Amino acid sequence: MAFFTRDAWNTYSGSDAVSHHIVEFKDVHFRYPDGTDALQGVSFRITHGEAVGIVGANGSGKSTILMHMNGYLMPSKGSIIIGDLELTRHTRQEVRRKVGLVFQNPDDQLFMPTVLDDVAFGPLNLGMSPEAARQRVHEALKTVNCLGFEHKPAHHLSGGQKSAVAIASVLAMEPDILVMDEPAANLDPRSRRALINMLKTFTHSKIIASHDLDLILDVCNRCIVIRNGIVVADGLSKTILSNETLLEENNLELPLSLQRR
Amino acid sequence: MKFDKEYFNIGRLDLLSYQDTPVHRLDPRAKVITTLIFILAVVSFPKYEIAALIPFFLFPVLLISFGDLPVGFLIKKILIVSPFAVLTGMFNPLFDENSISFFTLTFSAGWISFASILLKYTLTISAALVLIATTSFPGMCHALRKLGLPSLFVSQLLFLYRYLFVLMEETMKIVRAHDMRSFGKQRMQSHTAARIIGSLFLRTVERAERIYSAMLSRGFQGDVLSLRQERIHSTDILFAISTIIVIGLFRWHSLPVMLGTLIQGAML
Repeated sequence: MAFFTRDAWNTYSGSDAVSHHIVEFKDVHFRYPDGTDALQGVSFRITHGEAVGIVGANGSGKSTILMHMNGYLMPSKGSIIIGDLELTRHTRQEVRRKVGLVFQNPDDQLFMPTVLDDVAFGPLNLGMSPEAARQRVHEALKTVNCLGFEHKPAHHLSGGQKSAVAIASVLAMEPDILVMDEPAANLDPRSRRALINMLKTFTHSKIIASHDLDLILDVCNRCIVIRNGIVVADGLSKTILSNETLLEENNLELPLSLQRR
Repeated sequence: MKFDKEYFNIGRLDLLSYQDTPVHRLDPRAKVITTLIFILAVVSFPKYEIAALIPFFLFPVLLISFGDLPVGFLIKKILIVSPFAVLTGMFNPLFDENSISFFTLTFSAGWISFASILLKYTLTISAALVLIATTSFPGMCHALRKLGLPSLFVSQLLFLYRYLFVLMEETMKIVRAHDMRSFGKQRMQSHTAARIIGSLFLRTVERAERIYSAMLSRGFQGDVLSLRQERIHSTDILFAISTIIVIGLFRWHSLPVMLGTLIQGAML
């Protein structure tokens, strides 16, 4: 079953009136309480409408970077600018409105007992009226092809359905910037393809951390490689993902579509 | 395998609650209130009462048949918890000093109170099971919220329900992995079990952290809001009022005794 429709997504991409969907990391350091230096001076700037893949070995700091994007973690040193706001404890709530973060495991993302409650959670927290929230839920579920599941409990959904609803729960907040951690993990090939097609139609900024290099190559024109908490390469996906030496240094390998059989 | 079985049993009870029958369609509030009143009425009977309890079986029987519930499955569930009731009442026949004679037999009145305990137990447990099997858990939580339970407790219950299945699935995977490599040893050794529980606990803590960050990233500020707005229909009110009236009738007027006097009167 394919969960994502292309035309419905366009209602989300909206107009081009907003031009502040910028994500900028300036020399960001982060040390976990256990002493691990996860980020050691990460800098990059992602401008409006860009699609950027973040790749790297396990433990390179990808997830830590994503956790910074909505202020769940705060940099120990350096600064982060989201839109026109600098991320501080005071601006965190505002930043969370702009950045929609889709977690890797949909069981973490879907914490409410039914699909309706879950997708409505964000809009209601944004202070929307029940009617408006209901409308948002409808549109978001339509986008991911999950209409009719409203009253299903989350544990009765299949893995692909869970992923789709998890994405809907973030779409319902209409974020400016979509951040995803391994969006295609656990999806069957057809649902994965549908997801890729949908992501391509999304015109706002999107940031995707993944080991699925074919997905990055398909969806993102730019790619950032992270190793040991620093940016080791930043450039066009086409260039970076065809650089075999660079990829192998980072425990990665050429995307399947670029491998010669 | 035992764990798997328990898991699917709970899953079955949960699936039952999402059926579509007249009983399932009743408003959760109506069902919660009537079930509570039913249970209170049953346990309020004096300790030697048996005859007046019998008519109360009408409620579970009606709800089970209209709710399309599997009787055998429910009876099994009732039997599973029955040791508690048996333990509570089993010494009554020994310690009760009153005695009762029935035709030529004389025996301890404790047998009567023991039987009464078992009846009350069966009635209350079956009422609770019927409520669970005909009302979705989220619906029930919402009803409790509407009936004044603090929202903090309600959110706790909702999370419990959501993650009970996730946790059980995780446990099931670990138990399966253990069984696969334990080569026929049936019992899990206690230190293995302790480690499994420990690792489950750590996973739970980590998951809780991820869930919390997922909640924060969707604007959570301390209150779990819900879109549900169920309207009470006239059928719900009718159901609640008529059920409460019948419960009251059964509670204050012993039907078997009335029936008995009626028959005796007719015979005289």
